[in-house]
Amino acid sequence: MSTETQTVKPTTTSKMVNISGAEAVIKCLLEEGIDLIYGYPGGAIMPVYDELYKYQDKLQHVLTRHEQGATHAAQGYARVTGKVGVAIATSGPGATNLVTGIADAQIDSTPMVCITGQVAKHLLGSDAFQETDIIGISMPVTKWSYQITDASEIPEIMAKAFYIARSGRPGPVLIDITKNAQFEKFDFEYKKCTSVRSYKAIPDINDHAINAAAEIINEAKKPMIVFGQGVILGKAEEEFKALIEKAGIPSAWTILGLSALPTDHPLNVGMVGMHGNYGPNKLTNECDALIAIGMRFDDRVTGNLDFYAKQAKVVHFEIDPAEVDKNVKTDVAVLGDVKETLAKILPKINKNSHSDWMQEFKDYMDIEYDKVIKDDLYPEKEGLTMGEVIKQINEASKGDAIIVSDVGQHQMITCRYAKFNKSKSNVTSGGLGTMGFALPAAIGAKMGQPDREVVAIIGDGSYQMTIQELGTIYQTKIPVKIVVLNNEFLGMVRQWQQLFFDKRYASTEMINPDFVTIAKGYHIEAEQVSKRENLASAVQRMMDSKDAFFLEVCVEKEGNVFPMIPSGASVSDVRLS
Amino acid sequence: MEDIQKFTFSVYTENNIGILNRLSAIFLKRHFNIESMTVSKSEIDDVHRFIFVVNITKSQSDKLIGQLEKQIEVIRAYSHTEDEIIYQETALFKISSKHLYDEDIQSRLKFKRANIVAITPHYFVIEATGLKDEIDNMHDKLKPYGLLQFVRSGRIAISRPKMAISELLKEYS
Ligand SMILES: Cc1ncc(C[n+]2csc(CCOP(=O)(O)OP(=O)(O)O)c2C)c(N)n1
Ligand SMILES: [Mg+2]
Repeated sequence: MSTETQTVKPTTTSKMVNISGAEAVIKCLLEEGIDLIYGYPGGAIMPVYDELYKYQDKLQHVLTRHEQGATHAAQGYARVTGKVGVAIATSGPGATNLVTGIADAQIDSTPMVCITGQVAKHLLGSDAFQETDIIGISMPVTKWSYQITDASEIPEIMAKAFYIARSGRPGPVLIDITKNAQFEKFDFEYKKCTSVRSYKAIPDINDHAINAAAEIINEAKKPMIVFGQGVILGKAEEEFKALIEKAGIPSAWTILGLSALPTDHPLNVGMVGMHGNYGPNKLTNECDALIAIGMRFDDRVTGNLDFYAKQAKVVHFEIDPAEVDKNVKTDVAVLGDVKETLAKILPKINKNSHSDWMQEFKDYMDIEYDKVIKDDLYPEKEGLTMGEVIKQINEASKGDAIIVSDVGQHQMITCRYAKFNKSKSNVTSGGLGTMGFALPAAIGAKMGQPDREVVAIIGDGSYQMTIQELGTIYQTKIPVKIVVLNNEFLGMVRQWQQLFFDKRYASTEMINPDFVTIAKGYHIEAEQVSKRENLASAVQRMMDSKDAFFLEVCVEKEGNVFPMIPSGASVSDVRLS
Repeated sequence: MEDIQKFTFSVYTENNIGILNRLSAIFLKRHFNIESMTVSKSEIDDVHRFIFVVNITKSQSDKLIGQLEKQIEVIRAYSHTEDEIIYQETALFKISSKHLYDEDIQSRLKFKRANIVAITPHYFVIEATGLKDEIDNMHDKLKPYGLLQFVRSGRIAISRPKMAISELLKEYS
């Protein structure tokens, strides 16, 4: 099921005489090397499901418990494999339930193809049963979309869908297929798509930009790198490491760049952004060259742009021309695929080590350790902290696990403290911050990398947004490890209420059900821990389990995540308490 | 603060259903009001040309170009300031026939490029082509006669600088 590179068949054309549109859809998926899809059936997509039944030995369909779950599972699969994830749903409510996952994939550049059924062509526009204009609804959040109303369009459009989803800056594509097109018979012929004339997947590399960037990097006394998911999507981890090691540049990551560089790498200086580390945030405003690699200067990364890296020369390595100068004005933009641009710049970079400058990061880290990290990881108070749970998981996983986090305080704590040895190991909803992402995404991640341990770390609030996917885990016997960090609060919102709304806890307290009983109801082994002395052994039992395992950890109710850049403040104003 | 200026966007696209939605959503998302819009075929077979007129800043215009070009079916997008284009709008005025021989209307028709394109016992229709100000001016002058109907087209524009779409398409294929 899992290979590192996409196993796509060579560009031979395959032909079949007089098959239905529905069968053609399956054939297209097989041609694209897809052997696993997530979905939920219904009237308008039934012909395709009928073919799925016939082709089940070649193409596994996982029935999620909600279409949103299907998209997040497809995303989890895509994020850990680099392959295109596929989700399928019926028209109307099935299609609208996909929208959150599509929007998430769009903002986090995840390759995904969604297939929806649609009412028959002659009914379009008549407000037919379960008709929604899903093309219209999803248009602003898809990389591309198309409505097929005639079976003969299927091969070309499906080929184009996969090409667009995976090429360049990846993203979600939605293909809506009317029911008549699924029934119609036609002579099938498949040709892989290798270009679309109005679409340039990867911009040309400009050698002048490479030279100009090299000059800035070579002349910098205090260079700093901020890298994002572009390094992972571009499979450029080795080129990236070679560059930073040769130039000796401290490198900080965005939440989606996490795991592209091993946690223990000596040049890894931590996370930037709202809950990032103290040093990289402070020093963003002291570096003389800021080198951004495959990241997009999200506002959660930059804080107030008027006070962001104004002193620095900015170099931006980027595949998407629309990102250049969007938020931060660059001095040099190096357009192209980072795998190529980083390889091209490497020979032009002088060997260097910026040890005094690196020491400044370490000094800030010492301060952060004293003020924040020590109490997070080695608390002396009674209540369990989220940080010590992550530390325990690190010890059990040795940094080899895929960690899937949901959205909230537990997400920030997970990303701050989880240890990673390997790329494509951090799966989280960054740009959209979609609560409910983690449980279904963990299913997809485990199916994409069945030989690796997959641990989902989820807040009590987020968990209840997609908790029904426990049914998928039970039915499909996917051995994911589920940790709920229960603070009985929508903790991240409560933290803001505490800090900025005078502790008016409007609708953030949660009266929760018995999570252990719920998991057991789905026949999933389950435990609850509320005392420090029981934590290590419970985590160990979870990690040792061959099957799915649910662990609820009751953590302190009103813990806060620091450091923190208050919204609207500068990265320099990052607070430790 | 940067100045707000009038920009005329020329967007060359594939001729597919739904592309207008995709493009207008980009303006909507940024809360930019489209002052006028025209869609037509272009100088190249099977390639459509959208013209949007928007009042925004230069940096907003630059970012908008990036977002427009990012759409899969957009071949190329350009933005031009007023001095970089030659442009026109067309308007139709429907007026009651009792005013047909009013001297003022007659003199207005001699002025500029305006023609009577239809005459019936009840009404006549004047067509006028020109710059927005000229049409506005004409509108103000004709309004006292009681406009039965008035309509103005979106701007059509041709750029002074070259827009090398054919070359681009050759390079793509
Ligand atoms: C679907 C969705 N709705 C609302 C929010 C706003 N939000 C962000 S974090 C958060 C609280 C999350 O609570 P929980 O899952 O318990 O995590 P905690 O912060 O307590 O660790 C909320 C409501 C969101 N991100 N996503
Ligand atoms: Mg919570």
